[in-house]
Amino acid sequence: MTGPGDREREDAAQGAAAPSGGFRKGAFGVSGSGDTSGFGGLVRVEPGGAVALHSTERPYGGYFDEVTDALVEAVGEETYAAAVPRVLVDRGEITYFVVREHLPVLLQALRDDEALRFELLSSLSGVDYLESGGPEVTPGRPRLHVAYHLTSMTYRRRIRLEVAVTAEDPHVPSATGVYPTADWQERETFDMFGIVFDGHPALTRILMPDDWDGFPQRKDYPLGGVPVEYHDATIPPPDTRRAYR
Amino acid sequence: MTATQDPYAGSRETTEGRVYTVTGGDWDQTFGQDLTGEERLVVNMGPQHPSTHGVLRLILDLEGETVTKARVTIGYLHTGIEKNTEYRNWTQGTTFVTRMDYLAPLYNEAGYCMAVEKLLGIEIPQRAATIRVLVMEINRIASHLVGLATGGMELGALTAMTNGFRERELCLDLLEEITGLRMNHAYIRPGGLAQDLPPGAVEHIREWLEIMPKRLAEYHRMLTGQPIWQRRLKDVGYLDVTGCVALGVTGPVLRAAGLPWDLRKVDPYLGYETYDFEVPTADTSDAWGRYLVRMAEMSESLKIVAQALDRLEPGPVMVEDKKIAWPAQLSLGADGMGNSLEHVQHIMAGSMESLIHHFKLVTEGFRVPAGQVYVPLESPRGELGYHVVSDGSTRPWRVHVRDPSFVNLQATAAMSEGGMIADVIAAIASIDPVMGGVDR
Repeated sequence: MTGPGDREREDAAQGAAAPSGGFRKGAFGVSGSGDTSGFGGLVRVEPGGAVALHSTERPYGGYFDEVTDALVEAVGEETYAAAVPRVLVDRGEITYFVVREHLPVLLQALRDDEALRFELLSSLSGVDYLESGGPEVTPGRPRLHVAYHLTSMTYRRRIRLEVAVTAEDPHVPSATGVYPTADWQERETFDMFGIVFDGHPALTRILMPDDWDGFPQRKDYPLGGVPVEYHDATIPPPDTRRAYR
Repeated sequence: MTATQDPYAGSRETTEGRVYTVTGGDWDQTFGQDLTGEERLVVNMGPQHPSTHGVLRLILDLEGETVTKARVTIGYLHTGIEKNTEYRNWTQGTTFVTRMDYLAPLYNEAGYCMAVEKLLGIEIPQRAATIRVLVMEINRIASHLVGLATGGMELGALTAMTNGFRERELCLDLLEEITGLRMNHAYIRPGGLAQDLPPGAVEHIREWLEIMPKRLAEYHRMLTGQPIWQRRLKDVGYLDVTGCVALGVTGPVLRAAGLPWDLRKVDPYLGYETYDFEVPTADTSDAWGRYLVRMAEMSESLKIVAQALDRLEPGPVMVEDKKIAWPAQLSLGADGMGNSLEHVQHIMAGSMESLIHHFKLVTEGFRVPAGQVYVPLESPRGELGYHVVSDGSTRPWRVHVRDPSFVNLQATAAMSEGGMIADVIAAIASIDPVMGGVDR
């Protein structure tokens, strides 16, 4: 779907130097010296960009190594290598990036294995990374991510799994068979991001009306939707108003 | 009378027009029918219903008064707060998230700010952490009192409602004095607090600490021993530990099932490990146990508030880093909260650099390094989790709130199917969902 947000981004892409991969330069999105505050010299990294594309090397530190070893033992080395292409440890949290086909096997093992015991699926939600895919990622890249925050009440540990799919093929196996609490959370993620959870008992919209068009929390869905006309003057949606980028 | 006429409303033509004679059914015929067959009745309850704890819609399949199926429909209070935060800077996010679970606004603010601080990699000053604990525990009592008050009202105990709101108002008076607002405070900010405790607040909290134990004892005298209250709650809305964990239910509901799972103890934050308090549990797994747990938690929160007051040391309530901290500590003026007069004089007449700095930080905001964090904390209703993603800019890339009301409400069907329709009300009241948090 196209919206006013697209125009803003296109303008930004044409006006400034095209973002080189996962990097964006300058505080105001300008190239050159439009800014003298000292903020302008910063080079920052986009999510899913250079930083997030690398994999943390072992040892991960803390209990992360124990969890990883137990997981490898539970599902087998071959399956683990195929299922988890990379692992990221950042800010004291560990993220396993999971290939979607292997997700049910991993979840089952994480819940049931005695050395893992992640009984509680704390949170399941989506993130749309849109264009910040990083330098190596081609069109049709997996921009829609599903984040699973698992909690082990036995060992008092927390980990995150992340599955990435494309907007063209947004299918992820449902976690409801292993964690019944995923029911509404998957419905919300479907409602907001259009991610289809295969095997969910009744995947319908939950927060938006049943006949709603589009997926509101995708990044190309504008905030505020249509412009409002009032006394012959139009008020643009909030995301197209003047703002710092 | 002809055969085509309605047997219960026969008519005849008169000079005045047609006259109907309406009669009742014949009891002989009525009793002749078989009434023992299955009778399925679908009842829609809500969303505008005084007993559904907010704009919650229930679709109940009934057989007689027994609920055979309970379906829950939500979304009537969806306001797109998560999406909105992506279009405001990091500090402004506080004013959005505080409106989600409107009975526990300070928990929303604290969870959001802790996530932002974790992304920034900063530590807040000790005084700010202590005041956060202080206001959050006052907020917990206020929230539990509303849960008790509205739950009581829904079960017909109107005195519980009037008394509950009376005591809650005492809590809100304190929060108003400290933050400037009764609800939706925007008091906790990334990096610390909007302002320090005003003069006199500590004394008023101490006075409140004297009053509250007596008032809580009144609730025990009024409700705990009361046979009607007990019979409405005991064995109602049963959900054991296995059911709770499978459905993701946390908070008082899980603790009433016997598991002492409280994030303040098992995963401490803001120095909760240094406070002396108990985690109340019950082993009944029903609405009665949840009532007792909430009552006991209010007493424990009073203990934490007293300890927080004792350890308050003078000091800053915002991080030193001028690239993050709001340029001016806010102060309460005659027209509400705003930048202090000295600061306005300083930037308008004293220092141009300060004006530039103020302008940039207030309009553009500060940058947060790219990455994602998940920060959980124990709200009055259970695990409140903030999954915050930054792309390195001045605005959040994504804020997802794992709201305990949203997850806990999934247990409605498990708690109420097979029971009486009147017990559905008690079961939902014992979950204590806040629809602002459910729908966000």
